[in-house]
Amino acid sequence: MIIQHYLKDVKEKNISITKTIKSILREAKTLNKKHNCFNIITEDLALEQAEEQEKSPSGRLAGLPISIKDCICVKNVESRAGSKILKDYEPTFNATVIQKLVDEGAIIIGKTSQDEFGFGGFSTNTDNIPKNPFDEKVSCGGSSGGSACFTQLTKNPHASISESTGGSIANPASFCSVSGLTPTYGLVSRYGLIDYANSLDKIGVMTKTTEELFPIFNVIKGHDKKDSTSLNEKPSNDNKVKKIAIIKEAFEINPEIKNQTLANLEDYDVISLPLNKKYSIPTYYIIAMAEASTNLAKYCGLRYGQTLPLQGSFNDFFSEVRSKYFTKEAKRRIILGTFTRMAGFRDAYYLKAMKTRTLLINEYKKAFKKYDVLISPTMPILPPKFSEIDKLSPLEQYQMDTLTVGPNLSGLPHLSVPSGFIGKLPIGTMLTSNHLEEEKIINFGEQIEQRN
Amino acid sequence: MKVDKELIKKVATNARLKLTESEIREFLPQLKEVLKDFDTIQKAPTKNLEPSFQPLEIKNITREDKVEACLTQEDSIKNAKHKSNGYIKGPKAI
Repeated sequence: MIIQHYLKDVKEKNISITKTIKSILREAKTLNKKHNCFNIITEDLALEQAEEQEKSPSGRLAGLPISIKDCICVKNVESRAGSKILKDYEPTFNATVIQKLVDEGAIIIGKTSQDEFGFGGFSTNTDNIPKNPFDEKVSCGGSSGGSACFTQLTKNPHASISESTGGSIANPASFCSVSGLTPTYGLVSRYGLIDYANSLDKIGVMTKTTEELFPIFNVIKGHDKKDSTSLNEKPSNDNKVKKIAIIKEAFEINPEIKNQTLANLEDYDVISLPLNKKYSIPTYYIIAMAEASTNLAKYCGLRYGQTLPLQGSFNDFFSEVRSKYFTKEAKRRIILGTFTRMAGFRDAYYLKAMKTRTLLINEYKKAFKKYDVLISPTMPILPPKFSEIDKLSPLEQYQMDTLTVGPNLSGLPHLSVPSGFIGKLPIGTMLTSNHLEEEKIINFGEQIEQRN
Repeated sequence: MKVDKELIKKVATNARLKLTESEIREFLPQLKEVLKDFDTIQKAPTKNLEPSFQPLEIKNITREDKVEACLTQEDSIKNAKHKSNGYIKGPKAI
């Protein structure tokens, strides 16, 4: 049952909220044994919320079960962003998005598995690795892997709140064949999000079908004075898509993915974005790692998370805690991010990357003067096996983000929609529009989905 | 610039990380490969372009300088494991 029908049934009292919540909790527990989609299932909280809503359903999302990516703070629920160092951390407040959802009657069923702090594209940089709904030997994508996995597998009405820095919503949405919307940067408050990279992080939503994104997106968007980078502008309500173009460089990939993606499209132009092709990966990773390394400085065994007995000088103590609880990928990113900000290197890497970002934004802006929506496959490969991922070097893993980092660096809204299967594995098509034009990609996404 | 064991150790110390010898051996070629890729942006034509610290222009959010409700002291240290008399306890500073 799609979300809109469920919400209508709740409103007309044709369905029991508690029964639905009990059913989805049972399902979550069973699926979790095989697929590891959740770090924690919040059974008590969900049942308590369900009981309240059952008595007097109120709000635009009354009774709707929602899962939350682990990196978004939920009051009194362990929120560790897939990391070891934040194990046991229970926020004393709700993130703004969580408060908005709860205020509209949504019911939180659990925290979904992800790469540590979002550092990865396969959800393998963590202790709880989600397994693909279509083949357990295959990755769900990342970093919002658990969100996409459960969104695909559940038979109950459900949405998952996820987060993207460089493609962490689109990538797993494609690998698990669900719809994943990453809104314009700043449109959804980041207050209460455990940061990866502040100038790139965006909270978004995944649902099984594209039309189901609307009711959730409408609740979570909006200005928030608690987030200093919150955008005080309303998204456009013009959803007319007059002209589309495919991005030439994005189709220089696996011919099967190319052909199937093109088969769903008609009446398109071809546009070239050579600067994004050449520079988006290094620009993205320099900025993301520089910001991540500063964000991770606060994890040192004092205010929250894991610690050690208080021994030695503060330098020794902080170093011991951090070295013990960060995984290898976090350490690599801290070193690279610290390096690019160090005296003597800052201008050549960090500042140069920020200027290159301007160059890449300008390239997109020029394209949007002519086109409403730009189209590419979401991922250049089919979802890989875990054994194949093990063989990739860190750089080879980063390069898998080649199609998703562009819109993320430029803060552009983008949507991955399910676009069929090659063999038993799914592919996704990524639609990108100009800032604040989410309605265009959702509208066009529904059309592509209907063709499948 | 030479990326070697000593440079990695220096950066790790700055970032308050103690790497083991085997981590350094594993990371060195990986970091060299990534930094080589980072160098490709040196050729990007960015003359006369301003840096984009945010992808969109963001306006400052300010408010009246008035006391507002915030986390209680109890809540603010709830997650600290070392604490005493309502304060977080830390390692020796000197």
